[in-house]
Amino acid sequence: MDYFLTEEQEMIRDLARRIAQEKILPLRVELDEKEEFPWSIMKNLAEADLFGIYLPEEYGGTSGGCFELCLVVEELSRVCAGVALCFATSALGTFPLLLFGNDQQKKKYLSAIAQGEKLVAFALTEANAGSDAGGIQTTARLEGNEYVLNGTKQWITNGGEAEIYTVIAMTDKARGSRGASAFIVEKGTPGFEFGKKEKKLGIRSSSTRELIFTDCKIPKENLLAREGMGFIVAMKTLDTSRPGIGAQAIGIAQGALDEALVYARERIQFGKPIISFQAIQHMMADMATQIEAARFLVYGAARYVDSGAKDISKISAMAKVFASDVAMKVTTDAVQILGGYGYMRDYPVEKMMRDAKITQIYEGTNQIQRNVIALQLIKEKAKGK
Amino acid sequence: MNIIVCIKQVPETGNIKIDPETHTLIRSGVPSIVNPMDLYAIEEALRWKEKLDASITVMTMGPPQAQEALKEAISMGIDRGILLSDKKFAGADTYATSYTLSLAIRKLAPYGLIFCGKQAIDGDTAQVGPGIAEHLNIPHIAYVRKIEEIDQDKGIVKAQRLMEDGYESLEVQIPALLTVVKEINEPRLPSLKGKMRARKAEIPIWEATDLEKEGEDAFGLSASPTQVKTIFAPPSKAKGEIFTGEASIIAQSLLERIRAQKII
Repeated sequence: MDYFLTEEQEMIRDLARRIAQEKILPLRVELDEKEEFPWSIMKNLAEADLFGIYLPEEYGGTSGGCFELCLVVEELSRVCAGVALCFATSALGTFPLLLFGNDQQKKKYLSAIAQGEKLVAFALTEANAGSDAGGIQTTARLEGNEYVLNGTKQWITNGGEAEIYTVIAMTDKARGSRGASAFIVEKGTPGFEFGKKEKKLGIRSSSTRELIFTDCKIPKENLLAREGMGFIVAMKTLDTSRPGIGAQAIGIAQGALDEALVYARERIQFGKPIISFQAIQHMMADMATQIEAARFLVYGAARYVDSGAKDISKISAMAKVFASDVAMKVTTDAVQILGGYGYMRDYPVEKMMRDAKITQIYEGTNQIQRNVIALQLIKEKAKGK
Repeated sequence: MNIIVCIKQVPETGNIKIDPETHTLIRSGVPSIVNPMDLYAIEEALRWKEKLDASITVMTMGPPQAQEALKEAISMGIDRGILLSDKKFAGADTYATSYTLSLAIRKLAPYGLIFCGKQAIDGDTAQVGPGIAEHLNIPHIAYVRKIEEIDQDKGIVKAQRLMEDGYESLEVQIPALLTVVKEINEPRLPSLKGKMRARKAEIPIWEATDLEKEGEDAFGLSASPTQVKTIFAPPSKAKGEIFTGEASIIAQSLLERIRAQKII
C-alpha cells in the first residue's frame, strides 16, 4: 500500500524500522523482563536525528510534525511499544514548550531536546486527578521571582530518566480549571524528588514514577504561557499528541499480525499449516483490515494536525480510540491464533497484548475520548455545521 | 589531515546463489550492500575525524550503481565520495584493483591515513588493502583491532594487530594504511540528516583517463595476473541418516554403523 509519503518521510520510516530491527529486537525480551530503561536505544535514536523530526530547523530539528512522529512511533512499536513510549513521551513533554513557550524558553531547551541529549516528561496526572483533571492538588505559589511548587504527580512516564518536566499545577485553586498553569521544571531542582517506580502489566521498559514537589522553587521565567492557561496548554498538548498513541497502537497491532502470520504458516495441525483453515484466514483478514482502517485514520488525523487546523480534538480522539481498540482486539486474536504458544512468554504476542491495553487507558481513557467526540458532535450541530 | 576510506559494494550474502551451469554468482535480483567489514573502517575514520580535525573521503571502484554504497557512507557522516568507474576497470583482480585505487589515492595527496575493511565478504582475499599500501609505497598494518594513538606531530600511528593467539602492538609512520577487524568498534547507523545530505551529494566519477597510469595494460582483466580457471560451488553435504524407534534399537543400529566404518 502506498501512503503517499514524501522521500524524507520514507527515510524517517526506514531509519526507524532499521533501528527497531537491529537495536530493539535483540533487547526487547530482556528490557521487558528486567523493566530496564532503554538508554542504549535512546542513544541510537538520538544519533539518527529522530528526536528532532518534529522540531524547527533553527533548533536543530528537521521541521516535520505530528505525522513524522507517528511514522517513527509506529515502527518502533511494531517491535516494542515500551521503547517507543520512552521516545514518544519526550515529544509529549515537549509539545507544551513548542506550542506555548516563548523564544527564550525555546532557545534554552529545544536544541538539547532535538539532539536527544535531554529527555522530557509531561506531568498532569495525580492520585485524585485522572480523567477528571480538575482534581489537581499540586500548587504553585508565586513568591518574588520564584514559583514554589508543592504536591505529588503520579504515573509520570519517563519520570526519573527525563531531564526536563512540563508540569501542570494550580496557581489559583478558587478559579478551578481556569486556575491551572504550566511550568518547566528541571531535574535536580532542590525540592523535586522522585517517588517509587511502578510495576506495570505492559510497556515495562518505560519508567513510570511519582514526582514529588516539596517547596520546590523554580524561576518565574519557567511559567509557560500565562497563569491560568495550564488547562489549555494540557488539552492542546494532548490533542496534538493523541494521534501518536494511535500510531503506537497500529504498530503493536501490526507486530502481532506479523507474528501470527509467520506462526500460522508454520504450525501444522490435521496435516496442514493452520493458515489453510478458513477460521484462521478470516481472523487474519479482519485483523489486517482493522489495522489498515486504523492506519488511515491515524495518518489522516496526524496530517490534519500538521495542517495547522484548530479543530483537531475530535479527529485526534477518534484516531486514538479506534486504533487502540483495534490494537487490543488484534493482539488478543494473535494470542488466540498462536494458542498455547501465544500464552507463553517464549513468543512475543503475549507481551504485545499486555502492551496494547495501556493504549486504551493513557492520554485520556477511551471512554473520555468518546465524551470528547460526542461533545464536538453536539457543538457542531448547535453551530449548524 | 585527509583520511581516505576504501570500500566495496557486495551482494548481500544472506541469499547468494550460484548458477549451476556457469558456476558464477547470480547477481540479478540480489540486493547490494556496503561490505560489512568496511563499515568498521568507515566508523573508525569517523571516530578519529574530530580528534584529528580530518576531512574524510570514501572511495570505491565499481559499476555506476556502486555510488549507492558511497552514499550510505556519506549518510553515516563521511564528507565526500569518489567513484572509480570505467569499463576498462572491469574484471580486475586484487592486484589491478589495488593499483587502480592507489592511482586515485595519489590524486588526493597529501593524505594521512587510509582505512580499509579486513576483507570483502564476496572475494574474501584480504589483499586489496595491503596491495594499495604496496603500490603507494607506504607502511600498513592489517587486522587492526585497536588504534592506540595517532600523533600528527610525530607523524606516527600505533595500533594493535589481531593475531590468532593474541595481538601485536605496532607503530608505523604516517601516511599509513590500516585494515580493520570487527573487534575495533561498533559501526553507527546512518542519521536522518546524513541521509538528507547523501541524497543531495554529487559523486564525481573518475574514469581511466583521469588516472595517471604507467604502461598500456594497467587496468582491469588484462592487467590482472590472476587467472580464474574455474569457480564452482562445493557440493552440499549429503543428508544424514536418521534412526528411529526405541532407544536401545537406535543405539544398536548406531553401534553397527560405527563398527562397519571401522571407527571402533
